[in-house]
Amino acid sequence: MLNLGAINASILTLVTFLPAIGALVLAVFPRKVIAERWFALGISLVNFIFSLHLLRSDIPTQLSTATVFQFEIDIPWITSPNIHYHLGVDGISVWLVILTTFLVPLSILVSWHSVSHRVKEFYVLILLLETAMIGVFLALDMFLFYVFWEATLIPMALLIGIWGHERRIYASVKFFLYTAIASVFMLGAIIWLYSHFHTFDFATIKQALQTNPSEISWMASFWLFLGFFIAFAVKVPLWPLHTWLPDAHVEAPTAGSVLLAGVLLKMGTYGLLRFNVGLFPDQARFNGPWIMTLAIVGVIYGALVAMVQPNLKKLIAYSSVSHLGFVVLGIFSLTTFGMDGAVFQMLNHGVSTGALFMLAGMLYERRHTYEIKNYGGLATPMPLYATFFLVITLSSIGLPLLNGFVGEFLILAGAFQAKALWGALAATGVIWSACYMLWMYQRVFYGAVTDDHNAHLPDIDARERLALWPTVIAALIMGLAPWWWLARIDSGVLKLLPTLKTITQVIGR
Amino acid sequence: MTTNLHLWLIPLLPLAGAALNGLLGRGLSKRAVAIIGVGFPGAAFAWALVVASRFVALPFERIPYTEYILPWIAAGSFQANIAFYLDQLSLVMLLVVTGVGLLIHVYSVGYMEHEGGYYRFFAYLNLFMFFMLMLILADNYLLMFVGWEGVGLASYLLIGFFFLKQSAANAGKKAFIVNRVGDFGFLLGMFLLIRHFDSLNFADVFKAVSHYPVETAGAGLLTAISLLLMVGATGKSAQLPLYVWLPDAMEGPTPVSALIHAATMVTAGIYMIARSNPLFSRSPIALTVVAVIGCLTAIFAATIGMTQTDIKRVLAYSTISQLGYMFMACGVAAYSAGIFHLMTHAFFKALLFLCAGSVIHALSGEQDMRRMGGLRKQIPWTFWTMTAGTFAIAGFPPLAGFFSKDEILWKAWSTTALRSVAGPALNYTLWTLALLTAGLTSFYMFRLWFLTFFGEFRGGSADAHGHGDAHASHSPHESPGIMLGPLVLLAILSVFGGWAGVPHALGGSNRFDQFLAPVIQSSSEAMSAGQRAGEPQPEAAEEHAERNAELALTAASVGVAAIGFGFAWLFYFKRRDLPARVTAVLGGIYDTVRDKYYVDELYHALFVRPIVGISNFFWRDIDVGVIDATVNGAAHASQDVSDSLRRMQSGNIRSYAGWIATGAALVIVYMIWLGAR
Repeated sequence: MLNLGAINASILTLVTFLPAIGALVLAVFPRKVIAERWFALGISLVNFIFSLHLLRSDIPTQLSTATVFQFEIDIPWITSPNIHYHLGVDGISVWLVILTTFLVPLSILVSWHSVSHRVKEFYVLILLLETAMIGVFLALDMFLFYVFWEATLIPMALLIGIWGHERRIYASVKFFLYTAIASVFMLGAIIWLYSHFHTFDFATIKQALQTNPSEISWMASFWLFLGFFIAFAVKVPLWPLHTWLPDAHVEAPTAGSVLLAGVLLKMGTYGLLRFNVGLFPDQARFNGPWIMTLAIVGVIYGALVAMVQPNLKKLIAYSSVSHLGFVVLGIFSLTTFGMDGAVFQMLNHGVSTGALFMLAGMLYERRHTYEIKNYGGLATPMPLYATFFLVITLSSIGLPLLNGFVGEFLILAGAFQAKALWGALAATGVIWSACYMLWMYQRVFYGAVTDDHNAHLPDIDARERLALWPTVIAALIMGLAPWWWLARIDSGVLKLLPTLKTITQVIGR
Repeated sequence: MTTNLHLWLIPLLPLAGAALNGLLGRGLSKRAVAIIGVGFPGAAFAWALVVASRFVALPFERIPYTEYILPWIAAGSFQANIAFYLDQLSLVMLLVVTGVGLLIHVYSVGYMEHEGGYYRFFAYLNLFMFFMLMLILADNYLLMFVGWEGVGLASYLLIGFFFLKQSAANAGKKAFIVNRVGDFGFLLGMFLLIRHFDSLNFADVFKAVSHYPVETAGAGLLTAISLLLMVGATGKSAQLPLYVWLPDAMEGPTPVSALIHAATMVTAGIYMIARSNPLFSRSPIALTVVAVIGCLTAIFAATIGMTQTDIKRVLAYSTISQLGYMFMACGVAAYSAGIFHLMTHAFFKALLFLCAGSVIHALSGEQDMRRMGGLRKQIPWTFWTMTAGTFAIAGFPPLAGFFSKDEILWKAWSTTALRSVAGPALNYTLWTLALLTAGLTSFYMFRLWFLTFFGEFRGGSADAHGHGDAHASHSPHESPGIMLGPLVLLAILSVFGGWAGVPHALGGSNRFDQFLAPVIQSSSEAMSAGQRAGEPQPEAAEEHAERNAELALTAASVGVAAIGFGFAWLFYFKRRDLPARVTAVLGGIYDTVRDKYYVDELYHALFVRPIVGISNFFWRDIDVGVIDATVNGAAHASQDVSDSLRRMQSGNIRSYAGWIATGAALVIVYMIWLGAR
C-alpha cells in the first residue's frame, strides 16, 4: 500500500518512465498477445491521470522561501563526471508535462486506422517519445536534460521517415540534422558550465550565477547565452531558422505533426525561458531587442506566408511560426504579462495547433490530399467536422473566451510595456491570423461542393469525435478560467526571474 | 439590506438557449426550436425589467452597481474579472437590446420558417444576445472586449448563414477582418491603459483619470488612449474609413440585419465611447476627431443611400449615416444625445429592416426596388408600420427620430467642448453638414417609400430571384401575425419613443438627459473646469436668446425634412421621368456615388493586392528562394565534403550523427581545456 509520501517521492519518475516501460513491454511481447493500439492508449491514458497528481503541488506565493521545484528527486547517477538523476516540477513545467500527457493519447487515437504497417513499432516509438519529452521538461540536471533532449530526436525522425508521406526521407533528415547540429551549441555551453562549476545541477548553477554575477565574465556569459539560444531557437523555430518545420509537418504522419507542433516546439521555448532567461537574465535583457525583433518578424512573416499556402498542413505549419513568434516575444519582454502569456500561449498552441493537425489528418484519411483547392463546400457533407474545425479556428485566431486570446493578450500587453512599438507591431498579428485562417476556412468549407469526390465524404465518426472533444473542451475551459493556469504559471515565472515586480497572488476581489 | 440584481442571469439565459439549440436543435421540431430560441431571450428581457425596477429603487451610493462573478485573467498585479457593472447607461442599453432583440426573435420565428438550418439560426441569434449583453454589462474593458469580439463572431456566422453562396461567405469574412482592424486599435488602447493605470476596470480607470486635467494644450496620454479606442469604435460602428463591411453584411437574413447590423451590435462603438466619456471629455482633440469622422460619415453614407436600388442596401447606408450622427453627438460631448439617438434609431431602424423583410417576404425574395411598387394595397400592415418608421427617421415631429436628431444638431451648434481645438466655425460646419444629411435622409427614405408602396407594381411575375431569402408563394402577400406583431410594437415605439427626451425649448424636461446625467457628470465637471480656462459660461440672461436659437434650428431641421419629402414626392411619385434625366445630367458624378465612390475597389488595390503580393514574395522568393536554399546549400556542400573525404555513401542519418559526435567531442575537449586553464 503506497502512502501519499511515497507517491510524491516517485511520481515524477513514474510519469516520466511509465511510457518507456510500456514501450518495452510492447516491444518484447509477440504481436498477437497485445493489441498494440489499445495497450498504447491505455498506458498513455494512465500516464495522463498520473500526471494530474502533479497539480497537487503547492502554489508558492512570492513571500514563501520554499524551493521552486516540487516533487523533487535527486540521486547521484554517475559520480565522475558528477551527473545526477534530478527531476523536479514548477509552475511552468507542470503544465507542459500535462500538455504532453494530454496530447499523446489523442495522437494515438488519430493514428488508429491511418497507421497500418509496422503498427507495433509505431506505438513503441510514440511511447518512447513521450518519455523523452516529459524528461526534457522535468530534468534539473543539465546533462540529463541534454540526454532527454537528444532522445526526442530519434523517435520523431523515425516517425517522419517511416510513416510519412512522399518526401519523408528528405524531411526526416532535414529535421534531424537541423536540430541536432543546433543542439551541439547547447552541449558546448553545458560542458563549459560544468568545467566551471563542476556540477550539472541547474539550481546550483543558477544560484551561483545569481549570488555572484561576476563569477563568469560578461563575454563568457554572452557566448553561453548564445549557445543555448541557437539550440532552442532552431527548435522553436524562430525566424529565419524555421524552414525545417513546414517540410517536417507536411511529410509527418498526423501523430507526428501533433506531437511535433504540440510538444517538441515547446521544448525550444521552454529552454529559452528556463536556461536563457533563468540563468542569464542580464544577457536576456541585453539581447532582448534583436531577439524580439526576430520574433516580430516571425509573427508577421509567418502569418503572411501562411496566407498564401496552397497546402493545408503548410498553412498550419507557417501559422505555428507566427504563434511561436508570439511566445518568444512574450518571453523576452521580461515582464510578468509577457512571460505568463508566453507560457499560457505554449499550452494554447499545443491544444489548438495539435487539434488543427488532427483535423487536417482526418481530411487526409478521406481524400489523400492536403491541397486546399481540392476541397470546398465541406460544410454540407461534413457539418460536424466543420463545426469542430470552426471552434479550433476561432481558438487559433484568439477569439475571447477561448484559450488563444488570453495568451496573445498577455504577451502583447507585456511587449507593449517593454516597448510600445513592439506591442503595436506584433498586435497586427490579430489581423493577419483572422485573414489566413478565415480565408482557408472559407475555401475548405463554404460555397457549394465543387468536386464530386467531396460530395459524399463521411462526417467524423465516434473515435474521431473522441479525439477532438478534449481539445475543444480544453480550449473553452482555458479561455473561461485562465486564472486557474495563470496562478501557477505566475509563481513559476516569478521564481524564474525574481527581479520582476512583486505580484499579488490573491485571486478574487 | 442589500439588493441583489443577479445580473449574471441576463447574459446566461440567451447563452443557455444557444447551447440547447446548438447542441440538440438538430433533433428538435421547429416549434421546439422556436420556443427555446425565443423563450430564453424573452426570459432575459423579463429579468431585465425586474432589474430596471429594482435599479431605480437603489440608493444613490450603490450606483454603479457591480456584481462579481468569477476571477478571469490575472498576471502579476493585474487582474480582470468576470464581473458586471450596471449604471444608468448600461440599463438603457440593456432594455433596448433585450427588448428590441426579443421582438426580432419573435419576428424571425415567422420569417425563417421556410429556411434550412432553423435551429442553427436561433442558436447563433441567441449567442449574439449573450455576447451583446456581456459587452453592455462588463465591468472592465477586457470583458467588454469579450462581448465586442463575440458579437463580431455572431455577426460573422449570421452574415454567412447562407454559406452556400460565396458572396455571403465573403461578406462574413470581410466583416470579421475589417472589425479586427478596429480591434487592433481597441487592443492598443487597452495596453496603454494597463501601462499607465495597471487596470482595465471602469471604476479604477475613471477614478485615476479624474485627477487628470483636460488636455487643452495638446495631445497627451488620454488623447492617445481615446483615439485608439475610437479606432475600435469606427470598426464596430461602421464609420469612415472602416464602414465597408456593413453594406456587404446585408447578405445575412433580414432579421439579422435588423438586430445586429442596425439596432444593436453596430451601436457598440457609440456605447463604448459614451462609457469612456471620462477619457474622451478630457481630450478635446479626440472629441474633435470623433465629431468630424461622425459628421463626414453621416453625409457620405447618405449620398450613397440616395442612389442604391436594393432596399436593404439603402437601409444599410442609412444605418451608417445615422451611426455617424451618434458618433458626432459623442464628439461634441453630447453623450446622452448620442445614446438617445441610439435608442430611437434602434426602434425605427429595426422597424424599417423588419418591414423591408416583410416586403421581401411578400415578393418571394425580391430586394430590388425597381421591381416593386404599389404594394400598399397588398400589404397594408407592412405599409402603415413602415410609414411610421419612415416619418420617424426623416425627423418629422413628434416622432422619435425628430427629438433625438434635433438634440444632436443643437448640441453640434452650441457645444463649447471643442473650443481649445477649433473655433465656432467648426460648430457651424458640423451643424450645416448634419442638417444637409437630415435633408438627404428624408429624401432617400421617402424615395424608398414611394418606390415600394406607390405607383404600379413593376415586378411582373414574382419568380424566385435566387436570393437566399427565397420564399415559396408567388403573388404579393401580407406576412403572418407573428411577424406583424413586432412591427406594430416597434411602430408604436418609433412614434412615441422620443417623448422620453423632449427638450426644454419645446416645453419638455429632457428626462432622458437627466437620467443619464450621473454617468456623464464626472466628465462634465472636467469639461466645465476646462471651460473656465477658456470661455465664460452663458449668463442666465442669455438663456432666453439661447432658447430662441434652439427653436430656430428646430424649425430648420423640420424644414429640410419637408424639403426632402417634397423632392422624393416629385421624383418618385409625381414626375417619374425626372430621376433618369437628372442622372443623365449628372453622368459620371452619379455613377461614382452609385458605385459607392469606388472605395471597395480602392481598398482592394491599396491593401488586398499588395498584401497578397508581398506574401507570395516572402514565400517563394525569401522563404524558398533564400532561406531554405541557403540551408540546403550548406547541407549539400557539407555532404559533398564528407563524400569526398570518406568516399562512401552511408545512410544519411548515421553519417551525420557521426559528424555531430565528432563535433561534440571537439567542443568537449575545447571546453575542458578552457575549464582546466
